[in-house]
Amino acid sequence: MKNTISKKIFKYYELYLLFIPVAIFYIIFSYGPMFGLVIAFKNFNFQSGIFGSPWVGMKHFIEVFSNSDFLNSLVNTLLISLYRLIAGFPAPIILAILLNELRSNKFKKFVQTVSYMPHFISWVIIGGMVMNLLSPNRGPVNMLIKALGGEAIFFMNEPGFFKGILVITSIWKETGWGAIIFLAAIAGIDPSYNEAAIIDGANRFKLIWHVTLPSIRNVIVIMLILNMGNILNAGFEQVFVLINPAVSTAGEIIDYYVYRQGLVRFGNYSYAAAVGLFKSVVCLILVLITDKVSKLIDENGGIM
Amino acid sequence: MSLKKNNGEKAFDFINIIFMLIVMISTLYPFLYILIVSISPIEDVMKEGFILPSRIDFSSYKFAFATGAIQRAYGNTIFVVVVGTSLNILFTLLGGYVLSKKKLPGVKVMNLFVIITMLFNGGLIPFYIVVRSLNLVNTIWSLIIPVLINTYNLIIMRSFIQSIPESLEESAQIDGCSYTRMLFNIIAPLSMPVLATLTLFYAVGHWNAFFNAIIFINRKALWPLQVVVREIFANNIEAINLEDMPPPSETMKMATVIICTVPILVVYPFLQKYFVKGVMLGAVKG
Repeated sequence: MKNTISKKIFKYYELYLLFIPVAIFYIIFSYGPMFGLVIAFKNFNFQSGIFGSPWVGMKHFIEVFSNSDFLNSLVNTLLISLYRLIAGFPAPIILAILLNELRSNKFKKFVQTVSYMPHFISWVIIGGMVMNLLSPNRGPVNMLIKALGGEAIFFMNEPGFFKGILVITSIWKETGWGAIIFLAAIAGIDPSYNEAAIIDGANRFKLIWHVTLPSIRNVIVIMLILNMGNILNAGFEQVFVLINPAVSTAGEIIDYYVYRQGLVRFGNYSYAAAVGLFKSVVCLILVLITDKVSKLIDENGGIM
Repeated sequence: MSLKKNNGEKAFDFINIIFMLIVMISTLYPFLYILIVSISPIEDVMKEGFILPSRIDFSSYKFAFATGAIQRAYGNTIFVVVVGTSLNILFTLLGGYVLSKKKLPGVKVMNLFVIITMLFNGGLIPFYIVVRSLNLVNTIWSLIIPVLINTYNLIIMRSFIQSIPESLEESAQIDGCSYTRMLFNIIAPLSMPVLATLTLFYAVGHWNAFFNAIIFINRKALWPLQVVVREIFANNIEAINLEDMPPPSETMKMATVIICTVPILVVYPFLQKYFVKGVMLGAVKG
């Protein structure tokens, strides 16, 4: 036994060598930070380093969960993800179905190409555009409101609007791109199903409801799983670009809270790391749970 | 066979087309608006009820280029895109190739090793500490090295290589070809479609990246494009100016947006089919 294994390793040694740079990268930049999470249990400072910093056990975690700013950020994160799910998850599906119903292939391709263009623009640019469009004095949105007889609304400064702005802009940015997968799935549906349904007298809407949607059920479930695993993420770059002190109670998400505690306010590294650890653990649990659940629904489901 | 075209169906088709037109207009209008503002004189823009400029004015573009900050940032970004993407592709190719070898002892563990990083990560603070400990802070490499491999792309690469028939490599091996030569002389040329797609994914990622630059780079001279745009929008004029200049006006901000977005908008229609293919490749595995 031993002989064969070492013979094999010798035979494949070149492949192991080729993999070494990849392994080193992951060890340093993925597993290193995982190990570095231990600072959540210490009072980390750069002079002492990871090993020299004093151990404090669960002190930071206790602080975290009694901190109202953190709890607020947790609520914000969950609400934003919920709104995104309700409004943003069906959007690409609906777009894909409607695109599929278009008669002209050329028009369909044209609309598609236009629709996923915002996906390639950075949030910095989109953030700038949004701030301009919603500007109270000069933005088109307020100009329209005034033309209809209303008063200008200072959208970007109202906490009440912020979550809505986040969700609407991310729908604008990502729906076109998200529709691609669903369109591909729809294109793969066996046409004989449609034909059989038509023979049975189905009209267009019944076709969509009884044939198209069930056929792409697998893809929908997988995308739902991926979204579930992302619940605590809520879009950091977007928030980072759009947030300002006036709306921070409504807009601060967990990741932004971690950023603010750790990298903006000097010296709260361990505390921020504790928050980060909590988030990563919950994300992991969520992904594993939703994967198990999807396997229950359909044994070929899940990503693992 | 065809659906009976009754009035309900025709109405649906008509509404669908209107809907698509609305989708396109709402996608394109923000860009159009930005463009209009950027070429309008500042007095027009500040007036209430501004819709169209009284004349075309390119002065905001002149101002945008005047400080040299944008040119410098363009240089930084282009460097990161070219060098970063090349390294991305190299590492992704290496990883994808080795991980695709089903018969390699330990390959299952290696795959798990990589996939685990998609499920759990240490978070922002430990990541920051790692990069800082490597003395990458305030160097352009902080934008390149910590992001050498995107695991999702790696899986796409692996899946694609797995679809290449093993017989090709087996016959090359009989002729005494080493794995390295097989990778670069046989597998890589055959993987051109997926390499093209991944190149574009990585390149766009680098072009749009800004957060790592914000936390790792304090030297303004090293700032990439998006960071400079952001500073201009945040009215941080000291951040981008070397001399005294008035705060950036609305038109100048919009001119900056256009300057930074035009390359992507121009290149995009020609390359978007590659992106779509990439999503499909990823979806097959998913």
